[in-house]
Amino acid sequence: MALTAQWAEAWIRECSQVLTEHRTALIELDRAIGDADHGENMQRGFAAVVAKLDAGGQETPGAVFKLTAMTLMSTVGGAAGPLYGTAFLRAATALGDAAEIDPAAVVGFLTAARDGVVARGKAEPGDKTMIDAWTPAVEAADTAQSAGASAVEVLEAAANAAQAGALATEPLIARKGRASYLGERSAGHRDPGAQSSALILQAAADTAGRQQ
Amino acid sequence: MKKLINDPQAVVAESVEGFGAAHADLVEVHPDPLFITRRDAPVQGKVGLVSGGGSGHEPLHAGFVGRGMLDAAVPGAVFTSPTPDQIIPATLAVNSGAGVLHIVKNYTGDVLNFETAAEMAQAEGVEVRSVLINDDVAVEDSLYTAGRRGVGGTVLVERIAGAAAERGDSLDGVSGIAQRVNDNVRSMGVALSACTVPHAGVPSFDLTEEEIEIGIGIHGEPGRHKIAMENADGITDRLLEPILADLKATDGDRVLLFVNGMGGTPASELYIVYRRARQVLAERGISVERSLVGNYITALEMQGASISVLKLDDEMVELWDTPVWTPALRWGV
Repeated sequence: MALTAQWAEAWIRECSQVLTEHRTALIELDRAIGDADHGENMQRGFAAVVAKLDAGGQETPGAVFKLTAMTLMSTVGGAAGPLYGTAFLRAATALGDAAEIDPAAVVGFLTAARDGVVARGKAEPGDKTMIDAWTPAVEAADTAQSAGASAVEVLEAAANAAQAGALATEPLIARKGRASYLGERSAGHRDPGAQSSALILQAAADTAGRQQ
Repeated sequence: MKKLINDPQAVVAESVEGFGAAHADLVEVHPDPLFITRRDAPVQGKVGLVSGGGSGHEPLHAGFVGRGMLDAAVPGAVFTSPTPDQIIPATLAVNSGAGVLHIVKNYTGDVLNFETAAEMAQAEGVEVRSVLINDDVAVEDSLYTAGRRGVGGTVLVERIAGAAAERGDSLDGVSGIAQRVNDNVRSMGVALSACTVPHAGVPSFDLTEEEIEIGIGIHGEPGRHKIAMENADGITDRLLEPILADLKATDGDRVLLFVNGMGGTPASELYIVYRRARQVLAERGISVERSLVGNYITALEMQGASISVLKLDDEMVELWDTPVWTPALRWGV
């Protein structure tokens, strides 16, 4: 079964719920190497998106992602707002007016999202950022799709790789963002943006799985 | 935490409301999305200057909106960048057709939000340029970090570029001089105490009565290192030395010396710092041609100061001296 606007909306609502549950945990990660507001900002941003979704009117997955993008950009603030906003905006552009998302289109929108984050933030893999979750996620999604996986399986592969990528940021020394000012003192802490990325991709896989 | 506030979540909105009422002759506050413009914006034929960033650095940036400086300021939450939905309408509001310059302090959040806004404003037909302010010599290894931060030099860029725009320079001209000021200014700061962000409620870092933090930024983030408290002359020397080394300031150079308070330091102490800095510069044959002393780019109630040194040329001096009329900086009118 292909993924529809109904799934896209369920995903974003799930993000809001999951980020609310993990608000304190993300704040704690950010307190160690940043400024202790990531959980707060992400919760506020996705709650604002849900409020807009409640008004209805989004008929394609692309439209849901575009609304998500514009709302996150204007409500999250800091670096995460434009980065997640750009990710969802590029995903929306990649999907265009399509009503359904097949496995190849899943890889397509994930890749576009990742490329958007790279273009905006100029981070490379290993810099201890969101990219360290997104890059393995895109690669795993691509591999799964090439092997004939369903849309749900592609999202599950992406989510698992993203979580592994987030964990793998722990020993890294940050080279981008506010954590970079700590230099070697940033090692030993997980990157909050990589962790929130992993949570968001897990929510995508979970909601898709439930719709099967 | 003791602060003169009503509700930690309403600090920025209530403060800007009061600011707008107090300076209604000079500025107009647009409450939602929040930004502040010159009362007479857009000024026909003039390049528009927009700056912004987290709140908590007052009078920066809104205090510098007015004739000869900024056309618009965009305040975010305390120590948090504003968002594109504020920056875009501010940009459109001050565009007279001559284009808009964004003056952006080099912090990841500010850079990303202003870049996104610039892209979107350009899509709406406004010509936008950006200049990134990165004058803080305390960040040593720019290659492996997000780079040097924008601190005291921001005020000097806003004044001098603002004067160039008021003179009628083109967008290229105003961008060029803003970049030239940034390239020739270096700054470094010290904290004697941390500051408390209203919605956090606890100090942003720990300092004992006997310690000071050298090389702080303006968001209460820690600096280069903690050292034992010293007297004013000793601290001044520690701040000035890396500035002059990085600037390669030598005998015969002409400079502007800016001693800035971080919010919780009395003017009397800032002048003690200024006095010592002036002595050191004189010993090296560096001529202080213009000066600025006071609380202009702050970190809430932090006790401390920063020193900025700008290498001057004739055009910068001429522009600095032109009339400026803003809530926080005013001369020649």
